[in-house]
Amino acid sequence: MDDDQVFKALADPTRRHLLDRLFERDGRTLTELESELEMSRFGVMKHLRVLEDAGLVVTRREGREKLHFLNPVPIRLIHDRWIDKYTEHRVAALADLKHELEESA
Amino acid sequence: MTTLTAQTTQVYNVFIRATPEQIWDAITRSEFTQQYFYGARIDVRDGRRFSAIGDIEWDEEVLEADPPRKLVHQWMAGYDPDLAAEDASRVTWEIEPQDGGITKLTVVHDQLEGAPKTAESVAGGWMYILSGLKTLLETGKPLAG
Repeated sequence: MDDDQVFKALADPTRRHLLDRLFERDGRTLTELESELEMSRFGVMKHLRVLEDAGLVVTRREGREKLHFLNPVPIRLIHDRWIDKYTEHRVAALADLKHELEESA
Repeated sequence: MTTLTAQTTQVYNVFIRATPEQIWDAITRSEFTQQYFYGARIDVRDGRRFSAIGDIEWDEEVLEADPPRKLVHQWMAGYDPDLAAEDASRVTWEIEPQDGGITKLTVVHDQLEGAPKTAESVAGGWMYILSGLKTLLETGKPLAG
């Protein structure tokens, strides 16, 4: 599961819309999701496939139905990997500044 | 952004570069859990799942244990009296080896019908926990912060 797939999956408004629908109510069938989009069943399936490959959607079988769940973990991983990294630099920069100011004082 | 309505079934998964055995140990032994599970010391033994955060201690029933593939236990939010008053829910950990030394870990938190506040509270928590678990197993270090 790499970051490229996650970024690519998120780079499409229809796919973000699908994630928003799942965010509102999780565990939906293809038919339910399809009814909220002006798109063919095949089109929705294709988008769901990309989201599933990126790990952003997880499917579970319940009886005869296949339910789609939003899996936010890959987004969290990107957050932890990138946002925290930048925050850390900012904190480090401030620490350096403090050190320099105190040295020169 | 619409607010998250409490989901009665939540599913999360993450791919981790680790063996199923390493993941099993990381979710059933406190020496690991305290590094990524909000500092909680969690030990699974004798059919119970014992948790401790600071002075607060509680335990839950283990419903199924099939090391290193599957662990099912009750969930009671003993860390918060408000949430602990709600009905017990259920957590299932599924550990599936993949090709190339990768293991897929799926967490299903369900039977949350009688625990709406818990459902809302854990939604963000699982993301943080699974991200932290992955980081710990892959780097040997807990997440910063």
